[in-house]
Amino acid sequence: MKVIKQSGLIIFLVGLAIFVGTIFTGSFSLNQSDLDTFIKEKNYENAVIKSNLEEAIVTSEDLNIFQFSKRVTKAYESSNLYYDHLIQKYNKEKNWNEKGKQYQYKIGGKPHSLSFILAKKAGKGWAAENTTLMWFLTFGLGIIGALLFIVPDVVLLGKPGIKNDGIFLDAATNRGWIGWFAFVFLVTFYILLYFYPDLIVNWVFLVDPISASLSGNPASQWFLYGFLYCTVMTVMAVRMYVKYRHNKYQILRTTSVLFFQIVFAFLIPEILVRFEKPWYDFKNAFPLDYDFFFRWNLDELLSSGGFGLFILVWGVVLTVVIVPIMVYFFGKRWYCSWVCGCGGLAETLGDPYRQLSSKTLLSWKFERIIIHSVLIFVLVMTGFALYTFFSGANQVIGIKTQTIQDIYGFLIGAIFAGVIGTGFYPIFGNRVWCRFGCPLAAYLGFIQRFKSKFRITTNGGQCISCGNCSTYCEQGIDVRAYAQKGENIVRSSCVGCGICSAVCPRGVLKLENGPEDGRINPTEILLGNDVDLMNFINQK
Amino acid sequence: MEHIVIIGNGISGVTAARHIRKSSNKKITIVSAESKYFFSRTALMYVYMGHMKFEHTQPYENWFWKKNNILLKQGFVSNIHPHKKQLEFKNGETLSFDKLIIATGSKPNKFGWPGQDLEGVMGMYHKQDLEKLEKYAPDNKACNNAVIVGGGLIGIELAEMLRSRKIPVTFLVREASFWNGVLPAQESEMINNHIKEHHIDLRLNTNLKEIKSDENGRVKSVIIEETGEEIFCNVVGLTAGVMPNIDFLKASGIALGRGVKVNRFLETNIKDIYAIGDCAEQHEAIGQRRNIEAVWYTGRMMGETLAQTICGNKTEYKPGHWFNSAKFLDIEYQTYGWVFSERGKKENETYFQWQHPKEQKCITISFNKNTNQFLGINTFGIRMRHDIFNKWLTENQTIEHVLEYLADANFDPEFYKLHEPEIVAKFNQENNTNIQTKKKSWKRIFNKA
Repeated sequence: MKVIKQSGLIIFLVGLAIFVGTIFTGSFSLNQSDLDTFIKEKNYENAVIKSNLEEAIVTSEDLNIFQFSKRVTKAYESSNLYYDHLIQKYNKEKNWNEKGKQYQYKIGGKPHSLSFILAKKAGKGWAAENTTLMWFLTFGLGIIGALLFIVPDVVLLGKPGIKNDGIFLDAATNRGWIGWFAFVFLVTFYILLYFYPDLIVNWVFLVDPISASLSGNPASQWFLYGFLYCTVMTVMAVRMYVKYRHNKYQILRTTSVLFFQIVFAFLIPEILVRFEKPWYDFKNAFPLDYDFFFRWNLDELLSSGGFGLFILVWGVVLTVVIVPIMVYFFGKRWYCSWVCGCGGLAETLGDPYRQLSSKTLLSWKFERIIIHSVLIFVLVMTGFALYTFFSGANQVIGIKTQTIQDIYGFLIGAIFAGVIGTGFYPIFGNRVWCRFGCPLAAYLGFIQRFKSKFRITTNGGQCISCGNCSTYCEQGIDVRAYAQKGENIVRSSCVGCGICSAVCPRGVLKLENGPEDGRINPTEILLGNDVDLMNFINQK
Repeated sequence: MEHIVIIGNGISGVTAARHIRKSSNKKITIVSAESKYFFSRTALMYVYMGHMKFEHTQPYENWFWKKNNILLKQGFVSNIHPHKKQLEFKNGETLSFDKLIIATGSKPNKFGWPGQDLEGVMGMYHKQDLEKLEKYAPDNKACNNAVIVGGGLIGIELAEMLRSRKIPVTFLVREASFWNGVLPAQESEMINNHIKEHHIDLRLNTNLKEIKSDENGRVKSVIIEETGEEIFCNVVGLTAGVMPNIDFLKASGIALGRGVKVNRFLETNIKDIYAIGDCAEQHEAIGQRRNIEAVWYTGRMMGETLAQTICGNKTEYKPGHWFNSAKFLDIEYQTYGWVFSERGKKENETYFQWQHPKEQKCITISFNKNTNQFLGINTFGIRMRHDIFNKWLTENQTIEHVLEYLADANFDPEFYKLHEPEIVAKFNQENNTNIQTKKKSWKRIFNKA
């Protein structure tokens, strides 16, 4: 068994190495007709960019993706620079007419996204041409290796039960060198994905056939991300099944998040696209789905006929009606740890890191300030977006709606939710995003705290203050602080993962939905002591 | 301002300090030689096992003490001068008090075995024991066998700890079955099997004769009393129970028995000196309790109670219904009320027992065979609600009532398989009764019915 586990690790690492190595393979060059088509598609009326791109990438040279990306971005840069100079020149000459004309030649959009589109057409080599083989050598080996590493634990971990031996003695799960390595890897991955998609175009080739079979379109970097996300979640869900096989709550919860990720976040949206409907994830509720009320989205939905309208109504009803009612009955866990994709990744890939979240009072203070700021930010931004949509004015009190949307998309959507939210798992624990950033979690949290049947019940006086519950709380709640006072845990940030209850050695904690009356039970003296004293002190 | 000095920063002393602070602004000093900050002793095992870091065992952050104006003093008290109202430390320092609370807990029993003080022989009680274990048994190369002497709660925990690092363990238990002075045979037997499943070499009916040393004064082997067998080992864990940690009081004039003698107000024979927790010994046992109760919960309750007395609300220590819990490797154990083992059971007490055919779950309910009054329950692998059982015990309910409403008491995580129907069916069959299980009711659980 140990041998299988170790060979699994080796196979996984080989797959990972080939996956990383794939980036550096292939050659990229465009033929004239492809470039012409591209320029036509893009409606460039600009002679400079055409000649720049021709010069840069219509070539017989053997360009790797880095050279290719550099040339393309430079071509765009120098084209824009050329027209900037003209604008300045006409400005000086006060030739307003000519100056005005030049603006149409400036090209917006992110250079690396444009470079991605070109690279997708220009790629040749292993990944682009031997896709199936390369898929097997990367994804295939990764999946097989990981499963061979994980499944022997059924035997190696011994009898079912809590298996946390050695977690704080292991470099992978205690911020050791493996943890830091994983951190660098994940952060780099997200930076590439969000800001340099052209550099990982070889990875995107690997999933082209899968994308084609689902939506009929070639894959984008977002399809790659979605596929990778589902793959990682599935493999790590197997790990959850093995680790928590004695605990039915964990098994069902893991199955649920996995189902919603694969079916709702991945398959349904792709199939919608196949039927020429808008891409939509039916479980992704505003304000986590922060661009739902952006003009482009509303326009797209409204122009998609009855189905678009249905999505629009569903999106609003989901946030305004379904979410709060479900939180009232079940707590925010029904969303955060049974349905949500972010939660799903945190509960599968992130599970080995849950013990790293900080439990200090100070981090709780930061958490409240940051998460509620994000909520305010998203609400203000949405207010701007709706105002813009209905009034047509593209700015409110002198601030451009587009600017504020761009800032949110960059700071919150990409940096916070992606780079920090997932990249920092191995350092700050899983759920970094859910705990500090997610505006939907903040909204659900208010309902959970003030109007819900959900609580974690503390079992009388049985707590021995051991601290397992706090240590393994991914949301950084100091569960013990309540349990050792005999108080139920009623915290807005609790996502109801149930691990505190699972790791408790004395059967003190139970997640339940009960009557609101008595849900919050401040105590001074715990059950088990003199009844008169309890009544005297607790009711003071 | 009155100065309250507490010796010992375990659960008893710290609870007393917190509650005194809640209802007064007296000056409070907690003295400890073991560690500056309060930690949960019961969690030490998890540090060695890598489930937690030591800092995770500390229930309060370090700023807590200053913020609540509780002074912490590190030092070893060597003597107490009651009439001068003064403590004397090993290093010669002194500290004056107006009221003194002795909460020094326990220390591991040693029964005069030859070699019991050798290097590599240790208890598993103090923070320093954990450090020693880390030194002598860091892994199974440095320690290729360990022997544990004494089959109680600490013994099985130490075995679990060592096994977490794949160190072979020989577990010497004096009794014919694990902890059978406390547990009924059915449960003791189940734990025996579970211990063996964890590849622990369990030796029942086995006593230690002596511990042998190598040429450097380190433990080399142990000799078994019954067979004379020599078991080679690098570490010996002595876990044959604990006794009050009160040696430093011998010359103080404070009345001592096995522990510090206290009355129901937790007062010693000397005014303004109190004792709580593991080190306190009641003159008369309270109910069916022992005179010395070395349990986390009783320590906490004594701390809660004494704080009232210290703050002017003189309060008798009146613990409620007995409860306790533990975890034997993978099996959780809870108990409410009194279930005595076959050895300790009184004539009018009888059991109803149920055991899962495959999984490691079982219960024993003790009841009065004449009146059918419910006396107590042990559960293994099933969690129960403390307040429900507390209520039933207060109401002197019958076993039929308990079984009928057993679903109300279940505290297992959601979606767990419930066993009430099987349990009740077995009782009905054995007793020719026709008890029907009631569905769980929130109304009853919240005492509104």
